[in-house]
Amino acid sequence: MTTYFTKDHEWISVDGPLGTVGITDYAQEQLGDITFVELPGEGDSIAKGDSVSVVDSVKAASDVYTPVSGEVREANAALADEPELVNSKPEGEGWLFKVLLSDAAELDGLMDEAAYKAYVESL
Amino acid sequence: MSDHETDTDVETIETLPLDAWHRERGARMVPFAGYHMPIQYEGILAEHAWTRENAGLFDVSHMGQLMVTGDGAAEALEALMPGDFSALKPGRIRYSLLLDEHGGILDDLMVTNVTPPDAAAPEYYLVVNGATKWEDIGHLREHLPDEITLSHLDERALLALQGPKAAAALDRIVPGVADTLVFMQGTSVEWQGVQLGVARSGYTGEDGFELSVPADKAVALADALVAFDEVKPIGLGARDSLRLEAGLPLYGHDITEDTDPVAADLTFAISKARREQGGFPAADKILDTLAKGPSAKRVGMTIEGRMAAREGAPVFAGQAQVGQVTSGGFAPTVGGPIAMGYVESGHAMSGTKLQIEVRGKMLEATVTDMPFVPHRYHRKKKA
Repeated sequence: MTTYFTKDHEWISVDGPLGTVGITDYAQEQLGDITFVELPGEGDSIAKGDSVSVVDSVKAASDVYTPVSGEVREANAALADEPELVNSKPEGEGWLFKVLLSDAAELDGLMDEAAYKAYVESL
Repeated sequence: MSDHETDTDVETIETLPLDAWHRERGARMVPFAGYHMPIQYEGILAEHAWTRENAGLFDVSHMGQLMVTGDGAAEALEALMPGDFSALKPGRIRYSLLLDEHGGILDDLMVTNVTPPDAAAPEYYLVVNGATKWEDIGHLREHLPDEITLSHLDERALLALQGPKAAAALDRIVPGVADTLVFMQGTSVEWQGVQLGVARSGYTGEDGFELSVPADKAVALADALVAFDEVKPIGLGARDSLRLEAGLPLYGHDITEDTDPVAADLTFAISKARREQGGFPAADKILDTLAKGPSAKRVGMTIEGRMAAREGAPVFAGQAQVGQVTSGGFAPTVGGPIAMGYVESGHAMSGTKLQIEVRGKMLEATVTDMPFVPHRYHRKKKA
């Protein structure tokens, strides 16, 4: 399983053709307390760069862009009752959705963990 | 990811006396009203809850502290605002509105009669919004008669201590002062050799105080207060969620130059005597609106579900748009999203069912009496 990162602070962990997407620890830290997460629907077709989810914090709503194209296979139902999981475990139980990749080559344009870490430090 | 909302235009950002103090305590600083201000420390939800249960210390030094003095000062202020300042006794505070010639609201502010017993002329202390203070000063200088002096107390900082344990904490710094004040009363005391202005007021719906202190003593005062277990520094993020739950309007959002006091549901700021006498800006127009009722009114709304409606979201009754949200968000004490906004008067009654459109979805909303969380102002002296 390999994890990739975007400049918009999403991560995607890929296992075969299936990717799990969430926002990074840096992103949740910037947003503050998350009170609601709007998730894509299962079966939705999504294209790389689309705003497919919205993370609502006490202060503001923020778009989450999908790092890859494909079909949404699952949205994290646990977030309906516990949106704060995105704060406490952003890169674990606070994942947002799973997507069946339609073009694995899209991953080539993303950052690996070391590159993302360097990117965040440059901000 | 990207934010749907961004902060104010970045101009020259100045630092306030407690800037380093906030940063040392882990505050996230953001530009607001021309200053670097602490938006949060540990998190808005925790800070909000702390203030409702204990005491929160807010730095509101970006706000403008003004002094208006001279013979006829009350009458001069009455020409610009609908408050009855001639009848305001020393030590009493009034919420008022600076009105333009059309009756639009230039700012909302607190006016305290701070005239000492032996003073030659009356003295009024004004606290105005940070984002509007320079315009306010210009407006006042332009319209106040020459014999009235306007001073900008820019060498003073302003702290707000808010919450059910605020009085107990303040009592340990300036013993006895809290007992002498009820809500909307102010006084002046000496603390560590300097003059401290103490007003029993605030912007959270909780009991509390606003403390005006010389800038070079602001750190000492803040340190003295947060030394108590029940006091923590709180950021502007929680100040906003607290004031929204308290049903208090935010200037520039819920009230602007385009809103009049009647539509804004701030008619309590038009004193009874002034309703009879008139004489404030656009008095005829405002009193006419007061008699006939406004076409739209500021109301509170509770929203089903957890998705929040923000400023600008349109409000519908069926297919027809009947209003707009002016501020909204997740209300930590309520435990769900709430909003404030203007709706046509026919839809403004408490209990009316409306819909708010957010990102293409229609959220079910109900017009709700404000405050959303009961005020806990200290209104009566202990027996």
